[in-house]
Amino acid sequence: MTSTMHCDIVNAEEEIFSGLVQMIVANGSDGQLGIYPGHAPLLTGLNPGPVRLRLEDGTEELFFASGGFLEVQPNGVIVLADTAIRAHDLDEAKAKENQERAQRLMDEQTSEIDFARASALLAEALAQQQTLEELKKHKR
Amino acid sequence: MAAGREIKKKIGSIANIRKVTSAMQMVAASKMRRTQERMRQTRPYAQKIRAIIGHLAQGNPEYSNQFMNEPDSVANIGYVVISTDKGQCGGLNANLFRVLLHEMQEQRDRSVDSQLALIGNKAATFFSSVGGNVIAAVHDIGELPELKELIGSIKVVLDQFVQGAVQRVNVVTNTFVNSMTQRPVIRQLLPLTKTDDLTSQYWDYIYEPEANLLIDGLIQRYIESQIYQAVIENVACEQSARMIAMKNATDNADNMIDELNLLYNNVRQASITQEIAEIVGGAAAT
Repeated sequence: MTSTMHCDIVNAEEEIFSGLVQMIVANGSDGQLGIYPGHAPLLTGLNPGPVRLRLEDGTEELFFASGGFLEVQPNGVIVLADTAIRAHDLDEAKAKENQERAQRLMDEQTSEIDFARASALLAEALAQQQTLEELKKHKR
Repeated sequence: MAAGREIKKKIGSIANIRKVTSAMQMVAASKMRRTQERMRQTRPYAQKIRAIIGHLAQGNPEYSNQFMNEPDSVANIGYVVISTDKGQCGGLNANLFRVLLHEMQEQRDRSVDSQLALIGNKAATFFSSVGGNVIAAVHDIGELPELKELIGSIKVVLDQFVQGAVQRVNVVTNTFVNSMTQRPVIRQLLPLTKTDDLTSQYWDYIYEPEANLLIDGLIQRYIESQIYQAVIENVACEQSARMIAMKNATDNADNMIDELNLLYNNVRQASITQEIAEIVGGAAAT
């Protein structure tokens, strides 16, 4: 078994990451999953949340994905994110603001659709904060 | 000096045209940089999703989306034709249409009919004069096209595909090779095409959550991203082609002005020589 695999993270606007990694931890739609080289082919949706990579040299890098798809193939992993950013580009104040806005929307919801949208927004905002927390922990 | 004045006038009007073409060249050059940048940024996503879809089509999914089934025979092909809104971009559209007409003719020889969904003004103008079975058209997509403006006409073709009225959907567009070269291509969008970078014979994904939700969502996104990328790329092609076309026009205007100046000087000198000859002749006579 090889110890690294190729990983690409792209969003609709640009390529965020491309390189060799030892491990990927992502927030799949059925729960968190960790992927090592040699994983069986897998196709899953992504929930908003952090995507953690352990790079070839053992250092870790953190990304935030707001949803999308993840594909595992013998020759590598592709993360198709709706929006993805490097975690240290995430702005804490902005994340908080997003959360508050989402919460407000939840409180003022008038219809089913509004509610669905607001809860999606809230989930995203919370996931952003979670990513930031993890980043802080990671730095310490 | 009547001839001289004529030439002077001609030089003036060519100089005016030159001003316009050189301005257009500069505008196109700055837009070109922007549109190319955008095209490069969005390219990875389109490529990756195409790779995943290729794997999906090659595998043996337990669930099969309507867009995945390879039809037994093809009697009708839908073409999504992506052209520019404006002209003045050299042979960009003309080359594309020629390739398409050639392909349609070939298919007709095999008694396969074509249906067209047109994006951009130039395609609409062209096919309204040439004729063709146009089922949808979008005009004025602009330089920053948005997906939601395009998706309407695409939906018409997709619906036709779902209903079985067309058995294949191709995208006809220009691909960007570099600023000097744009190549017209016809690429199959539906049914999904297989890639052959995977060696194993029989396998399937593990799906989380269920396969049908996942695959439907993925294919939806695949179609959108492929069309969007094609349009973005075509815009980049348009600006590059326009810049080159306008540069050629400016150079030609320069050449013409040079030649006419030479001619003007000749005519002027001839008339001066003639006047002197007349004066000298008159003086000699008296």
